[in-house]
Amino acid sequence: MMQEKVAQAPGSASGEGPMLLALRGVGKVFSNGVAALSDVNLTIRDGDFLSLLGPSGCGKSTALRLIAGLSTPTSGLLDWRGSGFDRSNIGFVFQEPTLLPWADVFDNVWLPLRLKGVSRAKAAPAVMEMLARVHLTGFENAVPRELSGGMKMRVSIARAMVTKPRVLLMDEPFAALDEITRFKLNNDLLELWQGERFTVVFVTHSVFESVFLSNRVVVMAARPGRVFSEFAVAAPYPRDEAFRTSPVYAALCRQASDVLIGAINSTAGPHHDGH
Amino acid sequence: MTAIEEHTLRLDAEEARRVRQERLERIGKWVLPLAIMILAIWLWDRICVWNEIPKYILPRPGVVLQTLHDDAGLLFSSLLVTLRVTFLSLLLAVVGGVGLAVLFAQSKWVEMSFFPFAIVLQVTPIVAIFPLINIYVDNQTTKLLLCAWIVAFFPILSNTTLGLNSVDRNLRDMFKLNGATRWQQLRYLRLPAAMPYFLGGLKIAGGLSLIGAVVAEFVAGAQGQSSGLASRIIEAGYRLNAPRLFAALILISLTGILIFLVLSLISHLILRRWHESALKQER
Repeated sequence: MMQEKVAQAPGSASGEGPMLLALRGVGKVFSNGVAALSDVNLTIRDGDFLSLLGPSGCGKSTALRLIAGLSTPTSGLLDWRGSGFDRSNIGFVFQEPTLLPWADVFDNVWLPLRLKGVSRAKAAPAVMEMLARVHLTGFENAVPRELSGGMKMRVSIARAMVTKPRVLLMDEPFAALDEITRFKLNNDLLELWQGERFTVVFVTHSVFESVFLSNRVVVMAARPGRVFSEFAVAAPYPRDEAFRTSPVYAALCRQASDVLIGAINSTAGPHHDGH
Repeated sequence: MTAIEEHTLRLDAEEARRVRQERLERIGKWVLPLAIMILAIWLWDRICVWNEIPKYILPRPGVVLQTLHDDAGLLFSSLLVTLRVTFLSLLLAVVGGVGLAVLFAQSKWVEMSFFPFAIVLQVTPIVAIFPLINIYVDNQTTKLLLCAWIVAFFPILSNTTLGLNSVDRNLRDMFKLNGATRWQQLRYLRLPAAMPYFLGGLKIAGGLSLIGAVVAEFVAGAQGQSSGLASRIIEAGYRLNAPRLFAALILISLTGILIFLVLSLISHLILRRWHESALKQER
């Protein structure tokens, strides 16, 4: 069970797990002069389900790419406290399913292991187990175009998880899905997470999704991209469909929404409605 | 099957019209071109008869067919010579085109430096280059191969290069995250992603290698050194043997069509499961 405590100060030690990663004064300036991130301080603890919530242009995806090592910060540093942590311990789920269109479901999920030199036969148990856990048993031989959007996303999650990473980074993975499918995937993702308690950093622009999923929400503001506020979601797991319609959930969403509106209004300049 | 479906499934007027339309189109797709072709051949025959055109100027279709049969030994052995050059040069075009494309894909600098040379080779008419090749290369087959290769390799090179460079950014990131080596990225990501582009280039190159082979034979044949179909055409032209000339011409056309169909089939078989181009339209 999560703690029933509402923490406001960024980086406060309100979690239960030990610190996994701290972003200390991280900034990123692109070559075109855009300050995507400015002085970001953020602590991620082992076992967190942390959401980065904010309007477009607030640098959530940039932060995720920095954590993944796909990009390097202009200033500040990423402090991986858990010594011996290497980046192969990261799973990444993109906004689009990003599957190999010519390969079937099995081969797509096998890929990360294949790149590490694991043969098909050796990888098969792990791949099949992962497919079962995302409810895709029986679809091993389908190619991506034969699957629905939700199923493709499940394959993408299975691929990210097949190496049993300690950290799963997700970049608005369900944004393009219809609501019914999104809810289902939310539930299944929580189930996966509760089974193994890996750490999740989940980028989203949806207040409702962030509150439903995470134990901590970090609200970001744009221009320049920065951490605006951070709070713990004081609701116990497991969270199911009943939670989705509960007054507690509604109240938490309102609270998060107020913070997000504050973040949007804090943005300097005339355009604060995105593009 | 369809009859049963139509009985159990009561179609409204609009859907029934659509079904009729589809059936008509399916039949028309084959019947129409065939009918026009037959009509054209019949007209050709009639024009010869009506105007009493002598067969050394324009032979009747029947005569051409007869020649194709009578001279089969000569024509088909020549066709074999031409086909050998065509396929060898196509093979070399695939090896050279894909090889160069992979090399180009390793570094933008290499591509920037050497791509202009490929373009120069492509845009210079092969007929103009051939006399040079004739001076520098002794072996007859090598001459022809080189000619046909120059014509055929460019579409494969340019298409494959484009394909290798149009890999989804996120997929590239995914490979990077999983610590893929350059070789793994090429083998598991860039080459398969380039496959549809390569196959498109291959279809063009197939036809071009035949054209290249025939043109090369023409230039070489003018010097009496070749035994391919093109030299049969030149020879027949000198002797005013129009029926054989037509027969050889038809043989080349049919060969070109056959090459295209075979390459299209190969392309379809490879791409049918995943690529948009090979999928049936779904409504």
